[in-house]
Amino acid sequence: MITLASLAGSAPKRVLPGFGLSLGISLTFVSLVLLLPLTGLFGQLAGVSLAEYWAIITEGRVVASYLVTIGAAAVAALINAAFGLLLAWVLVRYAFPGKRLLDALMDLPFALPTAVAGITLATLYSSNGWMGQLLEPLGLEVAYTWVGIALAMAFTSIPFVVRTVQPVLEDLPHEVDEAAMTLGARDGVAFRRVILPHLWPALVTGTGLAFVRSLGEFGAIIFIAGNMPYETEITALMIFVKLQEYDYAGASAIASVVLAVSLLLLLAINIWQGRFVRRLHGGNG
Amino acid sequence: MSIRLHNVAKTFGKPGRGQTRALEPVNLDIHDGELVGLLGPSGSGKTTLLRIIAGLESADREPAGRILFGERDVTQVHVRDRRIGFVFQHYALFRHMTVFDNVAFGLTVLPRKQRPSSGEIRTRVLRLLEMVQLEAFAGRYPAQLSGGQQQRVSLARALALRPDVLLLDEPFGALDAKVRQELRRWLRHLHDELNFTSVFVTHDQEEALELSDRVVVMSNGRIEQIDTPDALYRAPANRFVFEFLGDVNHLEGEVRDGVLTCGDAQLAVELPDGPEELLLRPHEVRLTETPSAEAQLPVTVTSISPVGAEVRVELEADWLSAPWLATVRHADFERLALARGQRLYAVPRRWHRFPAAAVRSGQRHPEAVS
Repeated sequence: MITLASLAGSAPKRVLPGFGLSLGISLTFVSLVLLLPLTGLFGQLAGVSLAEYWAIITEGRVVASYLVTIGAAAVAALINAAFGLLLAWVLVRYAFPGKRLLDALMDLPFALPTAVAGITLATLYSSNGWMGQLLEPLGLEVAYTWVGIALAMAFTSIPFVVRTVQPVLEDLPHEVDEAAMTLGARDGVAFRRVILPHLWPALVTGTGLAFVRSLGEFGAIIFIAGNMPYETEITALMIFVKLQEYDYAGASAIASVVLAVSLLLLLAINIWQGRFVRRLHGGNG
Repeated sequence: MSIRLHNVAKTFGKPGRGQTRALEPVNLDIHDGELVGLLGPSGSGKTTLLRIIAGLESADREPAGRILFGERDVTQVHVRDRRIGFVFQHYALFRHMTVFDNVAFGLTVLPRKQRPSSGEIRTRVLRLLEMVQLEAFAGRYPAQLSGGQQQRVSLARALALRPDVLLLDEPFGALDAKVRQELRRWLRHLHDELNFTSVFVTHDQEEALELSDRVVVMSNGRIEQIDTPDALYRAPANRFVFEFLGDVNHLEGEVRDGVLTCGDAQLAVELPDGPEELLLRPHEVRLTETPSAEAQLPVTVTSISPVGAEVRVELEADWLSAPWLATVRHADFERLALARGQRLYAVPRRWHRFPAAAVRSGQRHPEAVS
């Protein structure tokens, strides 16, 4: 006790009080909300042998759903990267009437129940919906194809790109592009060589987050996807189907694949971004 | 390359909705090879003027102003084609590029036909880095450099394209006093060596007077005076210039029969009767133990600061609305045995006056009392 007390006394005073308490509460919260369900997930897998596990996750229909999900998510993420960057640029660099409204609108996909978005998109783009009627004569079917899936994914994940790029762009002083201009750079060159490299980490992170979010999206997609086996079934739906068949182990097995892919991606983004940021702030990276 | 501005004005905001005139129509001639300082308080339009010269800001269409670099009319020329070098207060370095790449940037974005070979770019950049004494830092990133080093990189970057004109916007404003001194001297040296035309903006009188060949003093979007530092300090054109260039003591009173009276203070002046305000620099105030025939200005010493070449003494009296500041030599300081609370007499060596009527004529009365 004496050593403990003297240790506590000799430690330099922290600015924020209660380090032990706050860290304890944080860890408890993380354990309850994040780790416990994850552990439960792997607990479900305990009864499955490795061979069975492999059989479940490589079943033809499931593999097809991986491809649909990853393909659509990649397309959605790329579209969001381009348009999210543009939106962030417009929101930061220009003043126009209704700017606040557009800014608030950006968060709508976060706030809206995904099922509402899904139903709305499905009615809009079905062959007798407003948009569907216009697009069908052009030979472009959106609803019940992977295009619809990508559209729903893009809708739910656009805020990730806008909201990660926006603050970084706000921090970028005008002087930097003015400097590029005084040095004779054309607009395109200045954007590519001076502005984009600054935004690159935020853009990649935002796009990565949007991609990961799309991998797990369920509510917005199932209404517009059509859910045809081998063609427009997403992985989240496969989990749902297994659950409806009371095949908890099967559902957990597929879920674990989604989880692993998401975690790996997030980790990779984090490590890559860390290296980039170190360079900007004076490390040797 | 000389710079000539004719009738250049700048208004911010849209007509009818809170327009502000940042710059009244201005004429300015800067000679080839000159180093000119734009000096003024914040909001005086000096930065706007510099940015208009650079082309980062466009002048008003009405009245139609003209900007000439030598014989070339650059009024409608885009900033990237004006062949200027611009140095920003906060360096504006490209943080994701090494020092070398920052300096090389201007050369690497040249159109392919004009672009030097990579070998030549390399030698030119290294020569520039040598000139700013940073050749050892070529591979570093800006975040790894001190403020003074970053500003030197930004200067090398601005000089890489051999601009006709170098423009600097408060180049030393973000640096600490010692580095600022050093960079000032070094910029002057560089200017003399390379002989380009430069214009820099500052709000620091000392900096403007020390560095410039000529100083342009500005206030409220107007040019108050353009002169050499020496002439500016000795013969300010008006009261604003006089007050802006250093500490000023005010003496307000009523003149009657050649004597200015203010409470129990009296000063003999050769001025017509009426209210009068005289201005004095701190070094123009002499302190004595007895009043002289011409001046009876009793004061009390309230604070003493013996740091530097001279002793700064703060003086107060009932007849003064604001305290006076006087500077005395250390020898006089010891002779008078100055102490706080001591009662003395102030004797003006000379004084200045700027009657409201003679706004720009630059009237000045030297040696009223010697």
